[in-house]
Amino acid sequence: MLGRLTIDALPLYSWIAVGGALVTVMAVLLTALIVTWAGKWRYLWEEWLTSVDHKRIGIMYILLSLVMLVRGVIEAIMMRTQQAIALNNEGYLPPEHFEQIFTTHGTIMIFFMAMPFLTGLINVVVPQQLGARDVAFPFMNSVSLWLTAAGAGLVGISLVLGKFSTAGWTGYPPYSGIGFSPGVGVDYWIWALLVSGVGSTMTGINFITTILKCRAPGMELMQMPLFVWTAFCTSILMAFAFPALTVVAALLGLDRTLGMHFFTNELGGNMMNFANLIWIWGHPEVYILILPAFGVYSEVTAVFSKKRLFGYRSLVYATMAIGLLSFTVWLHHFFTMGSSPNVNAIFGIATMIIAVPTGVKIFDWLFTMVRGRIVFHPAMLFTIGFIITFVIGGITGVLLAIPPVDYLMHNSTFLVAHFHNMLIPGALFGYFAGTQFWFPKAFGFKLNEFWGKVVFYCWFIGFYLAFMPLYALGLLGMPRRLEQYTHPDWQPFLLVAFTGACFVLLGLFSVFMQFYVSIRDRNENRDLTGDPWDGRTLEWATSSPAAPYNFAVIPDVSNVDAFWEMKNKGEAYHFPDQYKPIIMPANTGAGVLIGLFGFLVGFAFVWYIWWLAILAMIGVIATLIVRSCNDYGEEIITSEAIMAIESQRKAQLMSQGKL
Amino acid sequence: MNQDMLRQVMSEHREDCLDNREFGFWLYLMTDAIIFALLFATYVSMFRNTANGPEPIHLFDLKHVFFETACLLISSVTFGFAWLAAMNKKRPSVILWLIITIVFGVAFVFLEVVEFLEMIQEGAGPQASGYLSSFFTLVATHGIHVSIGMIGILTMTLQVFMKGLTPQVCSRLFRLGLFWHFLDIVWIGIFSVVYLPVFI
Repeated sequence: MLGRLTIDALPLYSWIAVGGALVTVMAVLLTALIVTWAGKWRYLWEEWLTSVDHKRIGIMYILLSLVMLVRGVIEAIMMRTQQAIALNNEGYLPPEHFEQIFTTHGTIMIFFMAMPFLTGLINVVVPQQLGARDVAFPFMNSVSLWLTAAGAGLVGISLVLGKFSTAGWTGYPPYSGIGFSPGVGVDYWIWALLVSGVGSTMTGINFITTILKCRAPGMELMQMPLFVWTAFCTSILMAFAFPALTVVAALLGLDRTLGMHFFTNELGGNMMNFANLIWIWGHPEVYILILPAFGVYSEVTAVFSKKRLFGYRSLVYATMAIGLLSFTVWLHHFFTMGSSPNVNAIFGIATMIIAVPTGVKIFDWLFTMVRGRIVFHPAMLFTIGFIITFVIGGITGVLLAIPPVDYLMHNSTFLVAHFHNMLIPGALFGYFAGTQFWFPKAFGFKLNEFWGKVVFYCWFIGFYLAFMPLYALGLLGMPRRLEQYTHPDWQPFLLVAFTGACFVLLGLFSVFMQFYVSIRDRNENRDLTGDPWDGRTLEWATSSPAAPYNFAVIPDVSNVDAFWEMKNKGEAYHFPDQYKPIIMPANTGAGVLIGLFGFLVGFAFVWYIWWLAILAMIGVIATLIVRSCNDYGEEIITSEAIMAIESQRKAQLMSQGKL
Repeated sequence: MNQDMLRQVMSEHREDCLDNREFGFWLYLMTDAIIFALLFATYVSMFRNTANGPEPIHLFDLKHVFFETACLLISSVTFGFAWLAAMNKKRPSVILWLIITIVFGVAFVFLEVVEFLEMIQEGAGPQASGYLSSFFTLVATHGIHVSIGMIGILTMTLQVFMKGLTPQVCSRLFRLGLFWHFLDIVWIGIFSVVYLPVFI
């Protein structure tokens, strides 16, 4: 009846695992209890969970990613603690638990922290920057969100029922095959990726269409804000790279569940094909994560230097060049697999070439700052911190791109230091900068700047302390993912790295402290104009938070810095005497339902509960059929309703002296 | 006046929506094409990994493949007729052609399942070798797509019957047609890469 799900699935193998399970269950229960106590279930369901408004979906994405960030950072601390004490002893984590933790840390940080964070930012900002009222496919947007949440749910429930994979976040066979990993762990990993991967593919399709089809009249491609360009490139990469992840995860699942031989060690399996397939997705994925952050830095640099972005065109070309090149370098993740020297050399050179457009971008941001009036807002601090740190990571990346060097560094902590050096400043700092920058647009009040600076310095210092020692350790020969070791000369470095992780933990605490303080003092920090930073692009033309329809009248655009130009001409705020009614998509619970069924499909396949798997798949198909028969999923906002909202906005602007 | 304006805004909105959906559907087909491309690549790279098991030369029956191909190609033509009828607003013949399409689709899936079952009985199931794993996965992925397409055709037949040829229904029918013809093209790929090389 319940497949392989028995009482043994409870994590009673170590007290830390029991603790993790209890914390997870308590957190879910507590959340449910608080919502019940506040009597907010109906509000939550009607206004948020069923919402197809891109701004709300974006906020929910970012909330999901913050929850996952907490888990990821806690796991990082656990690993750093283990390695700091495990010299000639077993430390405090059993080996298998340690292996689960480095696997979930990677899986969560990439798929369920970074992906939802960037998707959330794109959701909140891109339609407003385009002068659009919503994304092209609002319902599909909701489905994407709930499929991502379903994947995160699968990783979450693995804390309580069964174990997660111990095969690392890339799950290389044959170790991840059924022979070496007979438990449910790898299946959790596979289904979390499959379910959320479909969501990401759809997000890609959605935003390519939104950006190409829903721009404000007059906005040519070369007049789109740079964040839109990077979101565009990221969407293309999502749509065309994620199918590879779907394929590779499905094939591994077929090996494990149906006994096929794609990647096994026998009967003609070829495990090298796994490395190829996963990195055909995996390398573009790096740019999926980084490019939106580059977009944020571009917007932030221009606004807080009070200058037009330097080299707009070169930034656009660099972005697209990076997008194209990202598909040509996947083999550098496994130089040591033993391709011929020529093949390795070609991929090594292609990898180094990517440094060129990235370098162009760095210079563009620097030149934007030259002679600008720089405001040291936290978003700007993150940008400057990124530029300095990212260059170091880029240099070590060019080092690793040299195949003979890679043979020495492969799977050492040097590599771990390198990719954290790319992704923490290159992605996470950008998402933080974006949060500092666009928070008032989403919520109507500014974030506390003091705590913003604390967040920055904790993460900045924490990053250097945690990862610079890992470069040295890699050169000393320390492999990655080591649960215990016997070299006393490694320990001092690992102790420094542990200190760095503590700073990062402080940084994480400050993130939430900043939210708390800002919400407490929200009345002093209201953004009544909708344009708190003297912005340049269209998202600042709307009120904060924007009305459900964003723009009562769709603006005409004829310049890169559209809103800046409007302000200069004195045409920024325009209130006609009468408004046309606006058609918006109506909320629907179908997205939540599909997410729920998606979760059940994954859960059922993990535990071999076949009847549930079939029922849940029928559920998905039935929901889609019913939804496809619905011709009228829209809502009318009448002229009078718009007039009411807009006159309030007009009064607010007058009170701020903007009219 | 207000009602006219509302009607105009509404029809513009719906036109934009359908336009976007058609564009988005092309993008979806491209993502699906990548899935097939990778399965093809896997198949080709595993062609020699038969592990001393059944060889492709002994597995396939050209006549059987011919009938499969014929069914699928004819179903594509009949879908084309359904679309032509929809353009001419002939509702009954749309329904008729769609049902004929389903019949050929079912025949195709039936032939494929028979082929699979025969192979499995001969000991050439997907577990027999890496080569056969890739064969079954590639061909069955196409077959599952065809089956989902038939659920789509069935849904659309009912929609044409209940709702008539409204712009929304026509747009859905158009996108379903794209999907159906796309599967045909994929089958041409399967025929040329999987079956044909064995016989020439």
